[in-house]
Amino acid sequence: MGLIEGRFESNIITTSVDQIFNWARKSALWPMSFGLACCAIEMMATVASRYDIDRFGAGVFRATPRQSDVMIVAGTVCEKMAPVIKRLYDQMPDPKWVISMGACATCGGPFPTYSTMQGVDRIVPVDVYIPGCPPRPEALLHGILRLQDKIDKMTIARRS
Amino acid sequence: MAIVVSRELSWLDRIYLPGIFKGMWVTFKHLFRRKFTMQYPEKRWTFPEGFRGVPALVKDDNGRTKCVACYMCQFVCPPRAIAITAGELGGGNVEKYPEQFEINMLRCIYCGLCEEVCPEQAIFLMKDYEVAGTKRSDLIFDKEKLLEIGGVRPDPIMKWAHK
Repeated sequence: MGLIEGRFESNIITTSVDQIFNWARKSALWPMSFGLACCAIEMMATVASRYDIDRFGAGVFRATPRQSDVMIVAGTVCEKMAPVIKRLYDQMPDPKWVISMGACATCGGPFPTYSTMQGVDRIVPVDVYIPGCPPRPEALLHGILRLQDKIDKMTIARRS
Repeated sequence: MAIVVSRELSWLDRIYLPGIFKGMWVTFKHLFRRKFTMQYPEKRWTFPEGFRGVPALVKDDNGRTKCVACYMCQFVCPPRAIAITAGELGGGNVEKYPEQFEINMLRCIYCGLCEEVCPEQAIFLMKDYEVAGTKRSDLIFDKEKLLEIGGVRPDPIMKWAHK
């Protein structure tokens, strides 16, 4: 992807390629199985049969960052966990996205303390913030739908 | 003390097939059971009375903001998500009003303490929960946004009306 990205003006070929790429990307968002705290329980509930995240193609939880597209940061990010998250994010292949799930991951939530990172966006770029403590499974699904909308707007053409 | 010794496998155990068929039979039975999946964006959960969604400010019947900027919710808020700036009203029953009223929805944990502590019944937890955003600034709700979410709630006391 890096070879052809941002090399052409926007024309009929790039828009068609964009459509295919974006369709493929948004329909198979493989998340990394990675939970830090209680939000991970809601994430598991989202994967289970009641809410069934697989209906959106995002149910293939991979156990390695090398195979995953989206990192769902679910839970409190403490200062000791921060370098690990950064490394896992760096190990993910491009294009990659980050969903910050819950109050703790987005801005520390009820822990404005020295040991808690006040927002995971201090170390990795976050695409979708989901508020809640923890967010309902529907809220996570809603966040994934927002991420799909965002992926739909991606283009390989040069931005003017 | 006795130790556990693994059982000698019989011929049937060693070909594994009965176990596989037993497992597949359970899977097959589940095909005809009731479907559990809720088709989320189309179908929604109906929430019980006490569901706690996003907090929002409400207006009374006359369209006045009920909040009097007493700072109780800001004080009680466990994650310190509420930020109020009070403005002063001249005369009347009510002395203060919220000039700015911001709730950081990212930090809010939907505990409902603000609703519980509010002496004017001006802040309520709504049923909304889908407030995901792509920017941090999208999720810091100001007074106008909160009033828009909250809407009007009838209030028999009408504190504003009496002088």
